Amino acid sequence: MTAAGAGTLTAAPASGTGAGDAALRRAEAIRLWFQPVVAAALVAAMLIWVGVGNFDEIEAQTANFPSIGRLALEHIELSLMITVIVLLVAVPLGTALTRRWGKPAAPLFLAIANIGQAAPSIGVLVLFYLAVYQAGWSSFWISVLPIALYALLPVLRNTILGIQSVDAALLEAGRGIGMSRPLVLARLELPLAVPFILAGLRTSLVLAVGSATLATFVGGGGFGEMIDTGYKLSRTPVLVIGAVLAMALALLIDWLGGLAERWIGPKGLR
Amino acid sequence: MATTAEQPDATVSGVDIHLERLCKTYPGGHGVAVDDVSMDIPAGEIVIFVGPSGCGKTTTMKMINRLIEPTSGTITIGGQDTLSLDPDKLRRTIGYAIQQAGLFPHMTVAQNVGMVPSLLGWSKQRIAARVEEMLELVGLDAGEFRDRYPRRLSGGQQQRVGVARALAADPPVLLMDEPFGAVDPITRGNLQDELMRLQTELRKTIVFVTHDFDEAVKLGDRIAVLGPRSTILQYDTPDAILAKPSCDTVAGFIGAGASLKQLTLKRVRDVQLTEEAITARCDETPDEIRRQLEERGRSFALVLDDRDRPQRWVHVGQLAGVATLAEAGKPITDWVTTQSTLQDALEAILAEGGSAVVTKERGRYAGTIDIHTVMDTISHLRETHDSTPAAAPNSASADGPA
Repeated sequence: MTAAGAGTLTAAPASGTGAGDAALRRAEAIRLWFQPVVAAALVAAMLIWVGVGNFDEIEAQTANFPSIGRLALEHIELSLMITVIVLLVAVPLGTALTRRWGKPAAPLFLAIANIGQAAPSIGVLVLFYLAVYQAGWSSFWISVLPIALYALLPVLRNTILGIQSVDAALLEAGRGIGMSRPLVLARLELPLAVPFILAGLRTSLVLAVGSATLATFVGGGGFGEMIDTGYKLSRTPVLVIGAVLAMALALLIDWLGGLAERWIGPKGLR
Repeated sequence: MATTAEQPDATVSGVDIHLERLCKTYPGGHGVAVDDVSMDIPAGEIVIFVGPSGCGKTTTMKMINRLIEPTSGTITIGGQDTLSLDPDKLRRTIGYAIQQAGLFPHMTVAQNVGMVPSLLGWSKQRIAARVEEMLELVGLDAGEFRDRYPRRLSGGQQQRVGVARALAADPPVLLMDEPFGAVDPITRGNLQDELMRLQTELRKTIVFVTHDFDEAVKLGDRIAVLGPRSTILQYDTPDAILAKPSCDTVAGFIGAGASLKQLTLKRVRDVQLTEEAITARCDETPDEIRRQLEERGRSFALVLDDRDRPQRWVHVGQLAGVATLAEAGKPITDWVTTQSTLQDALEAILAEGGSAVVTKERGRYAGTIDIHTVMDTISHLRETHDSTPAAAPNSASADGPA
């Protein structure tokens, strides 16, 4: 759906925007202010609960501000690192796979990324853990790498799609006025693919924040720890607080992604 | 930097292009796209490649700036063998304008126009000044359009920016690939007029590809009618091709009504303009103009703006009681330039009723043209054409090709 919105990347004047398009845009606008309000309300409700709630001894061990602060930080660190890895791998890789010399390899890498996403992330995570835990890797990296593979596909696919969707006539115009191939990539193809890449990144971010709750199974921390603890010890308040905070964080990150799509994309296309 | 990269700054006019035994063969059985084409394109002329789609005219043109590498043969531009140059640097010295302008949608008009100068390493101030100059040249107000993005422009405006971008680094040679193919007929006519006006100022060497023979006749100093595999069926002036098509295929391509098309070869500058209209500047007082009109027994005056551009016709009766000339009378809706064809002039005359205003470079007032002038020219053309019946292309054999 985001790809369709960013699909008119040609030099032709923007064709009339249909009514459906306008409705979509209005929905997006409402979401842009509604979503952070919901997320903030959820966080506030949970924090108030932690502050005034009547917890037993076991619950109080996790349901306290310092502990939640630490888990939140861990969760954000995990998500950020996953995102950084996804960007560092998927954008250059996607770009390479649209070059003349890289095109033949595109199906192979897309297949790998597809498998990465299709396989249950918990499975990928645990298998990866089994493969490397004896090598002495930190649990942070054991969590981050498989989840990054899991979240790679949207950015990879959209980078390829975004670059491919740039009007060939435009690229020839660039070459025709004397831009070298690297310059055409840097000044035309990549900037014009930015809306696609951002849309993919937003999806990847949400996947990353959601999957980071699984990091706890390999000792990576994050809100998953509260969910896990609450479940194993039958302490529903701990489970609920962990789950709701993870959800609120995902909503917030998705909202930031939406803002980025709105403000970072090339100006002439907005 | 290649030697040609410095030339554009030094010369105002174009340089000659020479194609020698040019061939393009695609591997894998797609066959021969261009077969043994040799051609001299004189400096400072507009040469049109015209022919049916798929005849290889665009391929031939793209070999000039090496967007397509020739399989064999040589191309020299201003005596320099293009194959000896770096292709990217070569292209920076050749203007390139294409259908639908090919503007970069994420860059402003100024960034688009300034692209080649910035590739050539010009300073920011020099680029900014050049962008302003170029926009002015193609008739766009720099202050209004500089910071716009292409999608906020009409098709015609985009095309003007495309031409400005092609000319920005002052290249001696300009390649235009059906540049006006995607705009409506009216805008198209205006853009063609603009190009001819520009060309009288700039005298570039322009290679222009089109499949529209009327456009070729209107714009070309010379026309190359191309057949399959880009073979040159006829390469001559429009007049000569219309008068004596080299073969039935060319005659078929010209189509019916060759003698009428010859009318479009006559430009307004070729006929005597009427220069007796009374003109007034916007800032002159209405009373003063009325006095002049009454003195000379005339009823209409032409109001010009501060750059001598015609604005409105005003009748003597409309001058009473108005404070300023800027608002009086009726605005001019249709006019022609000295570059316009007589056919355009005729249309403008009909639209304006009786006579049409003619402008010269930068929209300045040149005179007026009236219906009698056009009619005299038509009858004169008919007389000369009737005296050379052998040249008539409308023989029975020309009916064949669709």
